[in-house]
Amino acid sequence: MKAAVVVFPGSNCDRDCAVGIERSTGAAVDMIWHQETTLPEGLDLIVLPGGFSYGDYLRCGAMAAQSPVMREVVKAANDGVAVIGICNGFQILCEAHLLPGTLLRNSALKYICKSVDLDVINANTRFTAGFGGQSTARMTVGNGEGNFFADEQTLARLEGEGQVAFRYRQNPNGSAHGIAGIVNARGNVLGMMPHPDRAFEPELGSTDGATLFRSVMGCA
Amino acid sequence: MSALSPKPPAELAREFGLKSDEYALILDRLGREPNLVELGVFSVMWSEHCSYKSSRKHLAKFPTTGPRVICGPGENAGVVDIGDGPDGRKLAVVFKMESHNHPSYIEPYQGAATGVGGIMRDVFTMGARPVALLNALRFGAPDHPKTRRLVEGVVAGIGGYGNCVGVPTVAGETNFHSGYNGNILVNAMCVGLADADKIFYSAAPAAGLPVVYFGSKTGRDGIHGATMASAEFDENSDEKRPTVQVGDPFAEKLLIEATLELMASGAVAAIQDMGAAGLTSSSVEMAGKGGVGIDLDLDAVPQREEGMSAYEMMLSESQERMLAILKPGREADGRRIFAKWGLDAATIGFTTDTGRIVLRHQGQVVCDLPLAPLSDDAPLYDRPHLPPKKPHRLALDEALAPADYEAAVVKLMSCPDMASKRWLWEQYDRHVMADTLADSATGADAGIVRVHGSRKALAVTSDCTPRYVQADPYEGGKQVVAEAWRNLTAVGAEPLAITDNLNFGNPERPEIMGQIVGAIEGMAEACRVLDFPVVSGNVSLYNETNGVAIPPTPTVGGVGLLADYGRRAGFGAMKAGQVLLLVGESRGELGASLYLREVFGREDGAPPPVDLAAERRNGDFVRGLIVSGRVDVVHDLSDGGLIAAAADMALASNVGVSLDEDTGLPVHAALFGEDQARYLLAVAPSAVAQIAHDAAAAGVVIAQAGKAGGSTLIVQGVLSLPLERLRQAHEGWMPTFMGAGV
Repeated sequence: MKAAVVVFPGSNCDRDCAVGIERSTGAAVDMIWHQETTLPEGLDLIVLPGGFSYGDYLRCGAMAAQSPVMREVVKAANDGVAVIGICNGFQILCEAHLLPGTLLRNSALKYICKSVDLDVINANTRFTAGFGGQSTARMTVGNGEGNFFADEQTLARLEGEGQVAFRYRQNPNGSAHGIAGIVNARGNVLGMMPHPDRAFEPELGSTDGATLFRSVMGCA
Repeated sequence: MSALSPKPPAELAREFGLKSDEYALILDRLGREPNLVELGVFSVMWSEHCSYKSSRKHLAKFPTTGPRVICGPGENAGVVDIGDGPDGRKLAVVFKMESHNHPSYIEPYQGAATGVGGIMRDVFTMGARPVALLNALRFGAPDHPKTRRLVEGVVAGIGGYGNCVGVPTVAGETNFHSGYNGNILVNAMCVGLADADKIFYSAAPAAGLPVVYFGSKTGRDGIHGATMASAEFDENSDEKRPTVQVGDPFAEKLLIEATLELMASGAVAAIQDMGAAGLTSSSVEMAGKGGVGIDLDLDAVPQREEGMSAYEMMLSESQERMLAILKPGREADGRRIFAKWGLDAATIGFTTDTGRIVLRHQGQVVCDLPLAPLSDDAPLYDRPHLPPKKPHRLALDEALAPADYEAAVVKLMSCPDMASKRWLWEQYDRHVMADTLADSATGADAGIVRVHGSRKALAVTSDCTPRYVQADPYEGGKQVVAEAWRNLTAVGAEPLAITDNLNFGNPERPEIMGQIVGAIEGMAEACRVLDFPVVSGNVSLYNETNGVAIPPTPTVGGVGLLADYGRRAGFGAMKAGQVLLLVGESRGELGASLYLREVFGREDGAPPPVDLAAERRNGDFVRGLIVSGRVDVVHDLSDGGLIAAAADMALASNVGVSLDEDTGLPVHAALFGEDQARYLLAVAPSAVAQIAHDAAAAGVVIAQAGKAGGSTLIVQGVLSLPLERLRQAHEGWMPTFMGAGV
């Protein structure tokens, strides 16, 4: 089992993702600098971590999406490698067009850091299969731009094709359809605003992030 | 202020905040008139902010050493040994608190943001990775027209900076009082972790070494900020906005990573961040402390704007900049690391053996000063101080009983100081780094973060009760330290050391100086008795507007160590059926209490006396119960007394509490009295007898105070408040206040 976490200038959850994956799955995790033009062989998972890549300047995730390493990430995603974008990583996936939609400023126009309860909407993805009969998950959010937006047609497709992975039980930020996380049509790319990388041990208040990591690494 | 100013130096000196006798001293030391650049250098180095000239004499009264102290005051931050970490590494905790009061009042977002940035730099400059942030905020009265805008801006600034850098903001305190209407306080604290044998210092070790500048470019922002921070405000203070710096947290994040990488490479001989007084204080301190000289070529300084004068470059307080002295032949390491992180960098000079600071600009020597007078000969004042009048102790009479107990409790729990601050701390990332065990959302008396990769954890708190210090600086000073010690103890941590942030008015007034001296002496006494040394600190004086001083606010930041975070306590996990035990003696002290202020509008009376021996005895007993795994629900008693502590526990645990009414004191004194050295514990009924027995053996006063259960806060025959009503009042105040239109 092998995973990689991409590090952009301004990423600040890179270590959390690596530690979370290591502790919940035992997998080896490589840290990949944003200027790399190749990825390690045989990756089972690539993570785009949270943070403020390029200081959120221009638009959250916009500049990171143009990093050299992202060409490789897109290629790997198209080859079927599992990719998770968490928080700023979700924003980058949208900017890189690996996922539809975009993340707007939170409806209250403030950064929100709080614990949220999620409904697991589609438990048949490789990311959520490990939740099994568990229909809810608890994680924390921490973002200023977590308000998911897409046009009606896209939203209808996401809902209709089972691409909504997680939905907030109480919408904290105005996200369309209360969406907290989505997968691409092929089901190998997940973007989510809540942090599984802050929910992998009981001391952190939840182990539902560990469930997600174990699920995608096939050790659920 | 133009570099070409034709004004005579003596007049300029006055404008720069130097007193005439201080200017005379400069003439004496130099044997000539200083030029503009030299005068600028002297004025910032001799400002109150950099020289501590009014407080130094009294700061010397603090105990600053201890078996665990690696580095006390005088460096960028204090360093305390915390023993073994993962992989056999020896670890140290590095921390400091600093004020950014004046800038935050003028420009709240940037003022607060750069306060957070500055304090983080102080910590990573020592070689530590920042792992926790705290803030202590004092705003004016809620109904003052500026307050809401200041709260909005300060909170957004703190969050905007800390969230982006990726360091969790885990604890803090926020108070409101009309005494801060014209001069808010923004005190930020940063805690970091370092290898104990890899601490970095600022003293230049030798002559002939390269001086390397890295980080953001130098611009014209913040010029003379240290001088502004050493003067009073008046109605024209808004004109000082150009002296406030602008922060770039993204640059700070890159700076942290680059600095820690540079240190790990082994290239660094000495390092200092450019904080207050920027390039001036960093270069003067590095050379001065090392007993060497320094020669800088200002043309090499990375500049954001064209045509900057030497004066502007030396006085700029542009943010996110570092100055390092590298070991011989290691400049290539620096270049590689700075390029990786995309930082501007340049070798701007070298250390010398002259004992002088020499600055060159456009082919000319623009400053040539001996270093010794700048730091060592800085003025030291023994300012006259008037001891304040001793306040009267309030009698235990029925005149202070509330007309309606339920209304009084609701009022207390929803008053600006006690109401939930969820509105603000939900704007702070409290979980990044994935090691937060307790934060502002947790029912706990201190924030707790794990020492990454180990079973150890750090507990952190910030405390001050200004109304006690106002009433009696000495007793109030003792209480500030005792409360920080108690909050750390209440989560099960061994209190290690404190950083202090002394906020007062104009020290040239004897009555203000009396507050300063009294508070410091009280704090020092508590530090001695509790073995709780001061390892770093900051003094902020001249917090006055139009001649009215702020309430004396000597804030402390305390740090404690949990040897095994599996054995810790909080107050959010109380269970129905548990028995409440009150540790410590209750005498019903209502002087200077929150209850008196909120319910009667009175701020008089003597604050509760602090019996430091009892504080220590009771605290050691409670901590012993926690670390032996016998108790895990603990809350200290402070603002609002027993009823407020019980209400906190009930709300955090969502379990009701029924308090016994018969305590031997008048009911109002028992419920609202703020006697010190007390804790409320919740334990299983079967554990009560043994704990009571052990307390007696330890000489600790303990009594059953009630029991947990139901969904109501009850004092038999006195009050019965549904938790939901209490919660609505407690949670509702701040969003209502902030939502009432800006």
